[in-house]
Amino acid sequence: MENQQKKENKDQKKKTTKKYEKYVKQFTPKPNYFMNCLKAFFVGGIICIGALYLQNYFMDKGFDEKEAGGLVTVILVCSAQLLTGFGVFDSLAKFSGAGVIVPITGFANSMVAPAIEFKKRDRFLALVQNSSVSQVRFWFAESQPPRLSVLFTIS
Amino acid sequence: MKNKLGKQTIIFPKLPRIVGACSIVGEKEGKGPMAKWFDMILEDDTFGEKTWEKSESKMLKQAILMALQKSGRDKNEIDTVLSGDLLNQLMSSSFMARDLSIPFLGLYGACSTMAESLILGSVLIDGEYASNIMVGSSSHYCTAERQFRMPLEHGNQRPPSAQWTATAAGAMILSANDKGDHAVTEGQVVKEVYVTHATIGKIIDTGIKDSNQMGAAMAPAAVDTIINHLSDTGRKPDYYDIILTGDLGLIGKDIAIDLLDGIQLDVKNVYDDCGAMIFDKKQDTHSGGSGCGCSASVFAGYIYKQMRAGKIKNALLISTGALLSTISPQQGESIPGIAHAVAITTEGK
Repeated sequence: MENQQKKENKDQKKKTTKKYEKYVKQFTPKPNYFMNCLKAFFVGGIICIGALYLQNYFMDKGFDEKEAGGLVTVILVCSAQLLTGFGVFDSLAKFSGAGVIVPITGFANSMVAPAIEFKKRDRFLALVQNSSVSQVRFWFAESQPPRLSVLFTIS
Repeated sequence: MKNKLGKQTIIFPKLPRIVGACSIVGEKEGKGPMAKWFDMILEDDTFGEKTWEKSESKMLKQAILMALQKSGRDKNEIDTVLSGDLLNQLMSSSFMARDLSIPFLGLYGACSTMAESLILGSVLIDGEYASNIMVGSSSHYCTAERQFRMPLEHGNQRPPSAQWTATAAGAMILSANDKGDHAVTEGQVVKEVYVTHATIGKIIDTGIKDSNQMGAAMAPAAVDTIINHLSDTGRKPDYYDIILTGDLGLIGKDIAIDLLDGIQLDVKNVYDDCGAMIFDKKQDTHSGGSGCGCSASVFAGYIYKQMRAGKIKNALLISTGALLSTISPQQGESIPGIAHAVAITTEGK
């Protein structure tokens, strides 16, 4: 008997929550799915083209396909880590979403970001802050959406 | 209980006075529409410190000391400091109080801390347990992100309902209603600001689990507190020149207006929200500001100054808080919302 009462209460609660969520939805603006997909497609595509170009380049230099693939992965991970360190990756991810998060670059970012968090402004970043890189970073944070051309010149 | 009205409201018959207030905000907030009302805008969110936590603590301390200076009181005259923030174990507040050597009570009410500390400070003064009380609260975007969401450098896209934790601190000095230190600006005696009523809110949980939907999670709590305050005091919404919620943001503000409209309480002319005021839409904060510092800095900056100048006579501050912990969302818990209201007037004795 008591259990049934409890279950009914729970169901009632769930129903109200659903109702409220539906009500809230009409006040919440939807993200621009089309533009987000388009940006993700192009940025993700550019990364893939670059990766394939690199792989072919290494294969021309005499590496076999497996080795070349490994090298490309290392380069992608390293450049994503570097960009995270410079504080550029989050602006890039904000712009292109899944385009940089889904490839291995997203994995690299989610490894390095927490690491930086706990070492924030110790040696390396304190150095960065005072150098010209911080100017670039500042410029980056200011420009919406971030300009890709500059990104590639840095990396 | 002679000092209680209705179910949730308390009265302060001795009218505790707010004698000094100070607000400090970060760089981004300093570019927002409320910039001219803040007492200090940081050039750099680190405030010259090594970590964000230290920076937040320093900001709070600076705000409290500047408020003290403005009130014309001495540090030795302060009986207790009541303060809170969003961090684990109230890091910013405790470390701020470490150097002050004044009796200290740390409070946690999530983003409702400013109203909570104002209420408790007023109670201490009204009950003659203290003659001067410091109240304050702070929040910092970088510390809150780290604690409640993702590391700062983590790449992701924030949904449109997400709010931006304001880097801000606000502090006020409450004093027993002793006359004799009226300030004069621009040839006019400035108005005195008194705390008259407070409504302690109850937790309302609508079952929202998305921590990017804070406004929607807290709006029903704010609405509940407003309704209870108005029914306990028998006042109409237009009694107040401004009814100000803490950090519902743009979405929460619309929900609150709509919910109040549903029970025939028209607040559109007097109602606003600190989270919706502190940032401009162009600043890309999505649904506006949040955090303890949001209502604290807007109240200590904009509202307090407007009241001193006589532009606002009666104000109702409703700081709203989302009382989630860092582990509760991982355990599938929904977000409990709370809101406390404080009625403030310039028409004292």
